[in-house]
Amino acid sequence: MPIGPYQSPLAFISDAELDAHHASQLVEYQEASPQPAGLKLRGVEKRFGDNQVLRGIDLDVPAGQFVAIVGKSGCGKSTLLRLLVGLDEPTGGRIDFVDDAGRAVEPNSRIVFQEPRLLPWFSVVDNVAVGLGDGVPKAFGRREAERALAGVQLSEKAKDWPSKLSGGQRQRVALARALVSRPGLLALDEPLGALDALTRLGMQDLVTDVWRELGFTAVLVTHDVAEAVHLADRVIVLDEGRISLDLEIPRDRPRRHGDPALAEIEGKLLDTILGKA
Amino acid sequence: MTTVDTFSEGRDIRRIREDRTPSVATDYSNPPKGAAGNVARAGDGQPARSRSFSGSALLPFLLPVTLVIFWQVGSSAGFISDRIMPSPVAVVAAFWERLLSGELARDVGVSGARALSGLLIGGSIGFLLGIANGVSKLSEQLTDTTLQMLRTIPHLAMIPLVILWFGIGEEAKLFLTSLGVLFPIYLNTYHGVKNVDRDLLEMGRIYGMSGWSLFRKVIFPGALPSIFVGLRYALGIMWLTLIVSESIAANSGIGYMANTAREFMMTDVVVLALVIYAVLGKLADVIARTLERAALSWNPAYQDQGE
Repeated sequence: MPIGPYQSPLAFISDAELDAHHASQLVEYQEASPQPAGLKLRGVEKRFGDNQVLRGIDLDVPAGQFVAIVGKSGCGKSTLLRLLVGLDEPTGGRIDFVDDAGRAVEPNSRIVFQEPRLLPWFSVVDNVAVGLGDGVPKAFGRREAERALAGVQLSEKAKDWPSKLSGGQRQRVALARALVSRPGLLALDEPLGALDALTRLGMQDLVTDVWRELGFTAVLVTHDVAEAVHLADRVIVLDEGRISLDLEIPRDRPRRHGDPALAEIEGKLLDTILGKA
Repeated sequence: MTTVDTFSEGRDIRRIREDRTPSVATDYSNPPKGAAGNVARAGDGQPARSRSFSGSALLPFLLPVTLVIFWQVGSSAGFISDRIMPSPVAVVAAFWERLLSGELARDVGVSGARALSGLLIGGSIGFLLGIANGVSKLSEQLTDTTLQMLRTIPHLAMIPLVILWFGIGEEAKLFLTSLGVLFPIYLNTYHGVKNVDRDLLEMGRIYGMSGWSLFRKVIFPGALPSIFVGLRYALGIMWLTLIVSESIAANSGIGYMANTAREFMMTDVVVLALVIYAVLGKLADVIARTLERAALSWNPAYQDQGE
């Protein structure tokens, strides 16, 4: 999937475009929208009955960093992600959201799942507007949603039903829905896992582009080590509920698919995960 | 005699079956599989095949028209006695006569009003209970078992009791019709709500929906395909109940018209009443289907499916 020149979904709307009412709505709205939220985890634990899934996670993620979490099935990576966005509560330890100066911030976190989870009875643009939450004026919500759709190259599908879209397009709508409210933290739970290989590569570039444009903190959970290495500033390996490796990826962007230096890092990570290191 | 009976009965059964078609996937004994299951059923016309047939719009009418022609020929030739089965022309004549005198409009109006008010009352109660029990655990625990027990009683078995309670007035007909439509709508609404995609509910909560907003944006549209199945099933039961209760005792309505005609051996009017029931039943189903198609246009099963 060729990705054209990226147009920000959130390019500032000029006042001329907006009547007074919408302008005041926008100011209010932008004040509420946070900056990227850094993460501070201290001794985070999660148990389901007798099953302890996370055994004391300590982790600092600076605001705006792109972190990938990899590991075998059942290592607790999805559980960790659900804790980060508040879908579950940790049974021990604490999670704080901080800015660069270490002050506590509201994270305004969003999550993208492996399935797009679009409402089939809403048009594409209305699905994106769901991301703004309730109580947003309809015309304003629609305008924001259209901008977000333009950001994922789907403007021409705005009025379609989700059932008319391909799998990759649906996932782009889900991404636009997550981004339309300008999150400070975006959690990605295997978001590309159900896509075919080529669509996947295109989506990886799109995710990189929106992340660089909007500057949120991104936490990606994936099975695919190559994807983690291609996208992230830093890869964390989870093993039986603990961090077994924390590795920076010191490569500039844009990164090329098949870069030998990245392939070497990938190999090293795979050795760790499979226990050969 | 035998041929004639089979014939008229055949018409009636066919009509009732048509009304009940949607229930096949959602019959009481087989709890519906929810929206997904109903959706699979929804394309009940194999659109691709019938479309490739030229003049497909007329094809469904080939059989009934042929039968009516045979019937008319049989009557004219004297194979079928007028006292047992009137000729189609006689039925049309009876229709015309009653239309001009205004009796027909009155009887159809009275029956239609009875059917509609029964549907409205019973349907509303069933719908509200279905929503409440689908959404609230407490409400479900309080009422579901009771409703499940009550629905196993054939509502027409209540007739003796209903006559004791209400006499033979309008209340009795209203009560029976309401009771009849309540359960299919309740069951299908309840299962529709129960089977709304958990992932979508979780998504809605993540994006800050709760209460009314979650209901309006996720739960109700998700349950709608199943609610429509309930509605179409209820329409069948609605007419059935009305026919029976108007035959017991009434001084107006289509059932009354048919019963009076029977006393005077006016077979043409009796058959006319059957035809009217068939037309009204079909009409109600067409309206329900049109609503369904409009409301569920997002659903691939309802797209590009002209009928």
